[in-house]
Amino acid sequence: MATNDGGLSLLQQRQRAAFWFIAPMLVALFCVAAWPLLRTIWFSLTDTKLSGLYDGHWIGFGNYLSIRTLESGKVIYRGTLVDPAWWNAVWNTVRFALVSVVFETVLGLIVALVLNAEFRGRAFVRAAILIPWAIPTIVSAKMWAWMLNDQFGILNDLMLRIGLIDQKIAWTASADTAMYAVLMVDIWKTTPFMALLMLAGLQMVPRDIYEAAKLDGINPVKVFFKVTLPLIRPAVAVAVIFRMLDALRIFDLVYVLTPNSAATKTMSVISRENMIDFDKFAYGAAQSTLLFGILAVFVALYIWLGKVDLTGENQR
Amino acid sequence: MTNNKLLGTIAFYALVVVIVVFSVFPFYYAIVTSFATGTELFKVNYLPKSFDWANYRQVLGQPNFLRSIGNSVFIATTTVIFALFLAVTASYALARVKFRGRGLLLMMILAVSMFPQIAVLAGLFELIRFLGIFNTPYAMILSYTIFTLPFTVWVLTTFMRDLPVEIEEAAIVDGATPWIIITKVFLPLLWPALVTTGLLAFIGAWNEFLFALTFTSSETTRTVPVAIGLLSGASQQEIPWGPIMAASVIVTVPLIILVLIFQRKIVAGLTAGGVKG
Repeated sequence: MATNDGGLSLLQQRQRAAFWFIAPMLVALFCVAAWPLLRTIWFSLTDTKLSGLYDGHWIGFGNYLSIRTLESGKVIYRGTLVDPAWWNAVWNTVRFALVSVVFETVLGLIVALVLNAEFRGRAFVRAAILIPWAIPTIVSAKMWAWMLNDQFGILNDLMLRIGLIDQKIAWTASADTAMYAVLMVDIWKTTPFMALLMLAGLQMVPRDIYEAAKLDGINPVKVFFKVTLPLIRPAVAVAVIFRMLDALRIFDLVYVLTPNSAATKTMSVISRENMIDFDKFAYGAAQSTLLFGILAVFVALYIWLGKVDLTGENQR
Repeated sequence: MTNNKLLGTIAFYALVVVIVVFSVFPFYYAIVTSFATGTELFKVNYLPKSFDWANYRQVLGQPNFLRSIGNSVFIATTTVIFALFLAVTASYALARVKFRGRGLLLMMILAVSMFPQIAVLAGLFELIRFLGIFNTPYAMILSYTIFTLPFTVWVLTTFMRDLPVEIEEAAIVDGATPWIIITKVFLPLLWPALVTTGLLAFIGAWNEFLFALTFTSSETTRTVPVAIGLLSGASQQEIPWGPIMAASVIVTVPLIILVLIFQRKIVAGLTAGGVKG
């Protein structure tokens, strides 16, 4: 082989092969990710409609914000950035993401600590918590919609029996409780995932640290905060960012559990609604571009501030 | 002291029971409901009272539901095979060959896997219309590549990094080309990793909703999540809960069995990929 490749060193040969190995993947990713993203941004700067994808005209930032001064001196603001429905969706998404991630992190840590202890039936418990994760989101949404049903739902029945509530609640339909319903289902579905990620971190903590602390008679709570938590911080940091990104783009659960509810409509839901259902294709594209921008800034800040080593390259 | 210890043990097991009940109950209740019909459906039963296959017969009697299962199987399988095919060679290069910009490339792949899918929806919609594959399974196969490919590349790269250098060096000394190294040396060692990543990517493709909802327009081309998501009765008051629960159980039981069989490997793959299914 070496004679065919002339004077190329082994490393150069390998790098040349590496290029051809990576190229097909890069082409595929360009076609399904980079190009559609660029087109979405382009559409957001036009007045394209769903019915005529190629009939749009360049309108600059009109979908985001346009300021027009009428002859009477009255100033008219239009566009997503002054659209109350959009800001409502932003607020819903942020609220959902923060609350769900906080709950999932804390509960996930508790479940991970339980699974990290040695007890009979641990394998069984770990199998049980995988079930919510394995169930498709749409199926979970339907299952919970039934449990949360106002007339025949088991949750209302249970809470009435215990005495937590004194009348049946229309969980998904009422604007006051719709967000709680979405949060409940998401926390149920995602806590196992968080627990497994954090369990992996916990298992890397050497056991003899606990033994030593036990011999010295140090309070387990103190051990947790002073020793365990700092050691698993990187694992938690990575888990939190993945969850946060997932939560900020949530679509399916909200769409199926609480359809058309202004109290839960998220950025993804409102963008798709404008794009596909309301024939405001370019307007929806502008909203999804904004969502992309928000996520990009968030990730950059998180990696920069938290010095999170996502690629694992530095561990080598 | 012993009293305290006993209390602690009791509290611990109480917590374990709460975790298990909380995890399993919704699915248990879906199964109970799926076997209830008529007026029985509208009574709250904590324990199974009736055992009637009528809901299952009704769901499986709908040709469109069977079609959507077929669509989902075809789409998810094809997507996974395509992604694994591209990912094996790419992740070999990313894990074993040193070149400039490797860290940046890995970062980019990770960034794509964290993309908000809504941000590419408009562009993909145009691409799919342009290719003439709107409302066909190929629309989903194409669009699912955006999350299956980065995920498989990422996980396989972390797996391959951990393989010992010695086996590769021996092959290089024997004059093996990189292609031979991948197919003859690495592939046999990678089988467990391929099964895990393939399974996780399959679950991701099986569960996807946004693209499947947007890129299909008729009942015969729907995937399972869209079919279940849009199952509805004549009016808002007549939601067919029995059949919905039966359909939910049908599409979930195979997944749960797979996950339980492969649970150790799945946990390893999830931790490497950090991706939610």
